[in-house]
Amino acid sequence: MSELIDFISFKDPGVLTILIGALAVSFASAIIGTFTYLRKKALVGDAVSHSVLPGICFAFILSGEKDPLLLILGAFLSGWISVFFIDFIVSRSKIKADSAISITLSLFFAFGAVLLSFIQNSDNANQSGINHFLFGKAAAITDADLKLFIGVLIIVGIITLLFFKKFTTICFNEDYAKSIGWNVKWIDFVMSSLTVLVIASGIQTVGVVLMAALLITPPGAAGFWTHSIRKLIFLGLIFATISTVLGTFVSYVRPNMPTGPWIIFFLSIIAILSVLFSPKGILRRLVLNRENKSKIRNENLLKTAYYLTYERELPDFSRSEIVSKRSYETLELEKGLKSLKNKGFLLENSGRFYLSESGKTEAKRIVRLHRLWELYLTNKMNFKSDHIHGIAETIEHIITPEIEAKLLAELDYPDKDPHDSVIP
Amino acid sequence: MENKSIDVHNITVSYSGAPVLWDVDFELPTGVLAGIIGPNGSGKTTLLKTIMNIVKPVSGNVKVFDSNIDKVRNRIAYVPQRESVDWQFPISVMEVVLMGRYSGKNLFKRTTKADKEIAREALESVRMLEFKDRQISELSGGQQQRVFIARALAQKADLYFMDEPFAGVDMATEKTILEILLKLKDEGKTVLLVHHDLRTVREFFDYTILLNTRLVAAGKTAEVLTEENLNSAYGARLTLLEEVGKEIKKKDFPLREKDFDDK
Repeated sequence: MSELIDFISFKDPGVLTILIGALAVSFASAIIGTFTYLRKKALVGDAVSHSVLPGICFAFILSGEKDPLLLILGAFLSGWISVFFIDFIVSRSKIKADSAISITLSLFFAFGAVLLSFIQNSDNANQSGINHFLFGKAAAITDADLKLFIGVLIIVGIITLLFFKKFTTICFNEDYAKSIGWNVKWIDFVMSSLTVLVIASGIQTVGVVLMAALLITPPGAAGFWTHSIRKLIFLGLIFATISTVLGTFVSYVRPNMPTGPWIIFFLSIIAILSVLFSPKGILRRLVLNRENKSKIRNENLLKTAYYLTYERELPDFSRSEIVSKRSYETLELEKGLKSLKNKGFLLENSGRFYLSESGKTEAKRIVRLHRLWELYLTNKMNFKSDHIHGIAETIEHIITPEIEAKLLAELDYPDKDPHDSVIP
Repeated sequence: MENKSIDVHNITVSYSGAPVLWDVDFELPTGVLAGIIGPNGSGKTTLLKTIMNIVKPVSGNVKVFDSNIDKVRNRIAYVPQRESVDWQFPISVMEVVLMGRYSGKNLFKRTTKADKEIAREALESVRMLEFKDRQISELSGGQQQRVFIARALAQKADLYFMDEPFAGVDMATEKTILEILLKLKDEGKTVLLVHHDLRTVREFFDYTILLNTRLVAAGKTAEVLTEENLNSAYGARLTLLEEVGKEIKKKDFPLREKDFDDK
């Protein structure tokens, strides 16, 4: 608990540096990542993230020190070479993009891993901590790093603002952008450069292995909640903030914990929650499914009651009389009866049931919709009369009062259905 | 021909080595409705994109309004194939139509009130104004097509390129698009569109370009749509042409000798 207070009160001045640095990185990632995501280049982002490793190692070997600017330059260059490499393979060979991406990723990462072990076995005193680039260590962020990260965020923010329409248009419709004379290659170059820059600056915090998740997960999760690019970026920034603060905190409390996996862990939780609980999510669909099922069951039961009341002309009816008209599973029947009683549609008197006034109206409505739809199918869609019952069985449950009104008007307020039954 | 809108001069186009258009050559006057007709895979879309220089030809050249297309891009409008974009993309109807006001010059121009007014008018004329704030993912196929047409109208062009605007649309949309085409023609604009339905060619188009990897015929519709031409485009396959194409692809053979002067 005291650790939490230390953390949020920035008792240790280093915490502020770490937190702001990590936030700058994840903001820049969420912004440019939105376009990576919309351009469907998530895999390229992953390949580039892995491919910056050899660049970092080279920069370190050549300079012998961990100067952030040099390391980022090395990372940027080797990231860009990997982008060109992927394009080169795709345009000059029969290899498709997905294979080209994975070839590039493995090749560059393997090379980087070799260089990394070479550095670790050397006797350079500065080499400790270079392996943080694999999984990230936010705690290692220095003041010099911080300035760099904020600089990158400002560059990414300003250029994205200036190029917002351009990025959006080529993500949506590249050919159109070409047709109005835009230099799509150049815009693409700007977009890729920003992505590589963000990746190069982000790996110290998150590590090469998980960097792509920092780009793609925020817009991916936000996509479940909104359908506007601006909101996509905005929500992505919020998600990035939450997960970065939590991830940095964990890695602050347990200094031997790498930061990257924790930030990505919290981001993934947000993504999973979005998948489950958003308006387009799984849970909502399950709820709808349940509601639909009970609606269908209840309305079918009302139709049975209509038949028993009006066509068999029974004053009241028992469970077995209901089942003799239409078979229901016992449990479903009980659920339905209970639910209809709760709604006041059905009344019970010592084991026998009868429709209330509101129940009669509701039952008539469903039978009416069924017969109207049958009529619509025969008259307007030329279905044969022996095919229509099954379709109408389903559609009767979904017709809204507005559709019903239009249906009545279109069919000219009929009184008989195709089977010559009265439309109530 | 006076008042040429498009002059396509001997263009040959290939995708990954195999030629898809052989030496296509035709001219189009201004103020006509012209259709590019041909069977599937005959290079219709490629021809349209080559005229706009979205696809680069291996040889030959194209003039639009007697100049390089890059100099007259503000006079052209483009409706791409509806299936060529992702309609789940998070963008609203109005935002798509406003793309019609973006221009090649003035790289960072802001959208003005006048631009918005033009976009509204364009949406009005395709009867989609009430949908202007909808997300495009909520639209039906016909509505999507109308949004694309509205974007092209917002471009306020003299020459309209449309790729299969009638493909997979409902009757109401077809009628709306047809009205717009006729109105554009009345205003003296030129429309070149890729079309797949042979039956409606005669009623829609003044000019027809009949294509099947090579130009079969181009000119006034009545003169082009002869039985002989149609047989040539749709009937007999030119198996030898295909074989040569395969050979070129296999050997990575050039489609033109370097020193061949094409101009």
